[in-house]
Amino acid sequence: MKIVGLSGSNVGTKTRTAMDYTASIITEKYPKEDFQLIDLASYDIQFSDGRNYMEYEGDTKFVLENLMEADAIIIGTPIFQASIPATLKNIFDLLPINAFREKVVSMLVTAGSAKHYLIAEQQLKPILAYMKAQLVQTYVFIEEADFHRKEIVNDDVLFRLDRLVEDTVLLSKTFMAIHEQKEEEYDF
Amino acid sequence: MEKYGINPNKGLEFGIYTLGDHLPDPLTGNRISAEQRIHEIIEYAKLADQAGIDFFSVGESHQEYFATQAHAVVLSAIAQATENIKIASSSTIISTSDPVRVFENFSTLDLISNGRAELVAGRASRIGLFDLLGYDVRDYEELFEEKFDLLLQINEQETVNWQGEFRAPLKDAKVLPRPKNGSLPIWRAVGGTPASARKAGYAGVPMFLAHLGGPATLFKRSIDAYRDAARSRGYNPDELPVATAGFFYAAETSQQALRDLYPYINEGMKKTNGQGFPKQHFAQGVDPHNIMNIGSPQEIIEKILYQHETFGHQRYIAQIDFGAMPFDKLQKNIEIIGNEILPAIKKYTAK
Repeated sequence: MKIVGLSGSNVGTKTRTAMDYTASIITEKYPKEDFQLIDLASYDIQFSDGRNYMEYEGDTKFVLENLMEADAIIIGTPIFQASIPATLKNIFDLLPINAFREKVVSMLVTAGSAKHYLIAEQQLKPILAYMKAQLVQTYVFIEEADFHRKEIVNDDVLFRLDRLVEDTVLLSKTFMAIHEQKEEEYDF
Repeated sequence: MEKYGINPNKGLEFGIYTLGDHLPDPLTGNRISAEQRIHEIIEYAKLADQAGIDFFSVGESHQEYFATQAHAVVLSAIAQATENIKIASSSTIISTSDPVRVFENFSTLDLISNGRAELVAGRASRIGLFDLLGYDVRDYEELFEEKFDLLLQINEQETVNWQGEFRAPLKDAKVLPRPKNGSLPIWRAVGGTPASARKAGYAGVPMFLAHLGGPATLFKRSIDAYRDAARSRGYNPDELPVATAGFFYAAETSQQALRDLYPYINEGMKKTNGQGFPKQHFAQGVDPHNIMNIGSPQEIIEKILYQHETFGHQRYIAQIDFGAMPFDKLQKNIEIIGNEILPAIKKYTAK
């Protein structure tokens, strides 16, 4: 199984910190799975201009092709101006309409205020569902106070990240098995 | 209809089109040479002509996995190799070409083929050619509209006066040679949505409607939108032909047809579009009301007749060769079309 962690922001460090924790949980618990962390801050991604994802060049092409090849994607996103960052939305705009078909997608959210709790529910989930993702319904919401100098200091957040990874892998394996069974029934 | 070489009394026309794709065979991983692929396309047209099929067309795509970038040249060879079949592009990307040169090519093709040439102008579903040929994809819509207008004007008038944004002006320009019957049937390629179909209607030109899968009634909306738009600009839809074009495959049973065809469509789409065709959607392709003409010969006859009843269209165009379908399978399909499908369709639709 190919799992991609997508850290969705060019700004700040909290999302990346949470993604690093997530990455170490995956590599520790599931060493056999193919895992890759993509931090958008490390890539030079162009804005979507409507072409097919395969027709982009360089970093843009690299990131899109890796996302398209993934079986599961864990998205980490901060909340800016009461929404997801433009860098993450641009990734969705660069991808084709059914990009997340046959993929499981889960989320972790970092935010400066608890008031932003429902933004993933109301803004991110509808995008992922439109793009045909199988969602892990529960996401991990991490607040300012849970971090101290690039470390997560709230054990509860660590437990929840643990469960997020577990749920993502389990759901992905389950959907792959269902898919395989269904494909066989078609007999073509 | 006569202006476009269509005689409704002869019933629904049956055509074949190829995008000119050049892909590895998904079952063997081997890819034939571009040379062989081009020769097979010419041979394919020849067989279609001999089977009594009405129409054959070749597409233009400028990128990896395609071999007929110079589609007018391939059509010229087909003109030489065939006798009765109408030949056309599907489509010519007019946005990134000079309409004068395109018209010169196709009117010459018309003279070589003894008046059998048609032209289908499209906007490109793969846009790699904008960079390659030096155009800005942000002008996607304007480039097409302006150049398509000019193409139509050249087709109607032997001496052209014209001015636009993307090409040097024409002053009392004679665009020669003229086609055999004075003008060419020029169609507008439409990708399926009603909004796109409407544009063909506004222009008052015949529509070539390409489709993947889904219920036939969904595409009826686009055809209705096209005819409404034509009427709103004072054109008579009864004089404007409609062609539909999409996947076709005949085998002994529908299950066999699905089995033969699926890997070619799925792997071919992965390579050219970056996403495969889900089996769940593909399995629905054999439903009598699905627009994909996949199944046994009898099932396909019923499907095409149902589509004809629904659309009232003048031409159906089959795409059989996508994704490196082996040539013997193409031969077999042409045989089935010529011996079983074509006679039945003509029998039920001709007056």
